[in-house]
Amino acid sequence: MMLDIQNLYVSYQGIKALRGVSLQVDRGEMVAIIGSNGAGKSTLLNAISRLVPAGEGRIVFNGVDLRRSIAHKVARLGVLQVPEGRQILGEMTVLENLQVGQLALGGRPAKYSLSDVYALFPVLEERHAQLGGTLSGGQQQMLAIGRAMMGAPEVLLLDEPSLGLSPLMTDQVFAALGRLNADGLTVMLVEQNAHRALELTSRAYVLDRGLVVREGKSRDLADDPSIIASYLGV
Amino acid sequence: MLAQQILNGVVSGSIYALFALGFTLLFGVQKLLNLAHGAVFMAGAFIAYYCVIIGLPFWVGLVFAMIASGVISIIVELVAFRQIRKQVDPEFPAIVSSLGVDLILINIAQNLSNTRVLSMPFGTFPIEFYNIFGLRISLLQIVILVLVAALVGALVYYLQKTSFGRQVRAVAQNERAAALLGVSAASVYRQTFFIAGALAGVAGVLIGLSFNSIHFLMGEPYLLYAFVVVVIGGIGSVPGAVVAAILLGVTQALTKAYLSSTLSDAIIFSLLFVALLFFPNGLFGRAVLSAGGDRK
Ligand SMILES: Nc1ncnc2c1ncn2[C@@H]1O[C@H](COP(=O)(O)OP(=O)(O)OP(=O)(O)O)[C@@H](O)[C@H]1O
Ligand SMILES: [Mg+2]
Repeated sequence: MMLDIQNLYVSYQGIKALRGVSLQVDRGEMVAIIGSNGAGKSTLLNAISRLVPAGEGRIVFNGVDLRRSIAHKVARLGVLQVPEGRQILGEMTVLENLQVGQLALGGRPAKYSLSDVYALFPVLEERHAQLGGTLSGGQQQMLAIGRAMMGAPEVLLLDEPSLGLSPLMTDQVFAALGRLNADGLTVMLVEQNAHRALELTSRAYVLDRGLVVREGKSRDLADDPSIIASYLGV
Repeated sequence: MLAQQILNGVVSGSIYALFALGFTLLFGVQKLLNLAHGAVFMAGAFIAYYCVIIGLPFWVGLVFAMIASGVISIIVELVAFRQIRKQVDPEFPAIVSSLGVDLILINIAQNLSNTRVLSMPFGTFPIEFYNIFGLRISLLQIVILVLVAALVGALVYYLQKTSFGRQVRAVAQNERAAALLGVSAASVYRQTFFIAGALAGVAGVLIGLSFNSIHFLMGEPYLLYAFVVVVIGGIGSVPGAVVAAILLGVTQALTKAYLSSTLSDAIIFSLLFVALLFFPNGLFGRAVLSAGGDRK
């Protein structure tokens, strides 16, 4: 097991955002976390990345207890988050953003070269000298993923990559994620766009008000009437 | 005469630039005012003075002052900012804590010097003058211009072209995102404080030598000038700080020569108010440690 989360609690000034979440991700898997607004999806990723302090519970990555680490060191272990809203360094060029991404290597060997990133997202090569802040939303999402690739991810944590993207752009981003996973990359995909997320992943967890309320094969969940009613719209 | 005054103004302005660059760099990265920056400047002058007094060559004193001021600046970060930065609203506490460190350093210097004004021994730096296009320029002035140009050039190179520089800019722009990318903000703060302190220390030595006067309160007016430079040049902008510092130096030289030497500061700050009416964000806008120029 690559990532093992047991009975995790997180609260913000007394408000419980996670109330005993357990989940596991195996090497090479692509797992979806779905749930509505405020379910605690970003909180879960941020607890793993050590951006928010965890209460009770365990977060273990390849045998290392992440709760004893700090944010930049978690990244250097290869646990790389592509955050909600992409968080591009807007005053730096596309290339510089990718170069900053290399810091997460921290001595580990690279997994993807700059040309691998450019091959996956050709638009980044065209725009390499453009400031990150002037890219479109979809291009920024590609840059955020490419930037994480430069840091040799062991597991990629994505927080709503489809947010604000056109269906066409979402297709492109999801296709790229599918290709990365097919090449062996472990992916944890947080999405409100449950339909697309269940299509792309093999396993999924449903988060509701800080609890895992369902888990199983993505295909099964996509066919489940109660999931359809709650998360898949019409 | 006018050209001569402008030349003198450019020389003193270039020293202001060294001092203000560190100040604006620190503010750009941590978004907190470092009110102890003037004391680090003063410490640089003191350290060089004592090096020369114990018989070391001036150049050795200058290099030693530069490194030691950088180290003092790292200590300032540790004492005045490291813990306070974690608070939700660190701005006001940081003003108080950095002011506290400022006073401690000033007090140490006051005791060391017995509240006297110190001056470098005669002959510390050769007094030689040259005539270039009818302008009189001293060897010290030439050295100052060359040294400042080299240091500013090195700073720009460091910020723009090195991995360390990219980390500094990443933290300045988005500390959270930088952490997710493996950037250690603590190490970025340590480095920027060292660099800012080292530049301030050199500025202190050069001012102490130029005016042949080194005293425990010498840093405080320069802190005010740094505010002017940062406001006019745009917060966090390197080219803005250099241009604004030189403008300040020239304005000061001209007001002293042609208007009134005692009212010089009053005139400069009045001009600042007028400038702010027309350029509320400074001449270079709000460039948050953006690239060498303003590319936005
Ligand atoms: N910094 C914070 N301070 C206080 N409460 C917070 C903070 N961040 C999140 N919360 C609360 O924690 C709960 C979970 O939020 P979280 O952002 O993890 O949800 P989410 O599933 O990512 O939602 P969304 O789909 O809207 O992004 C919410 O009730 C939210 O209001
Ligand atoms: Mg969220």
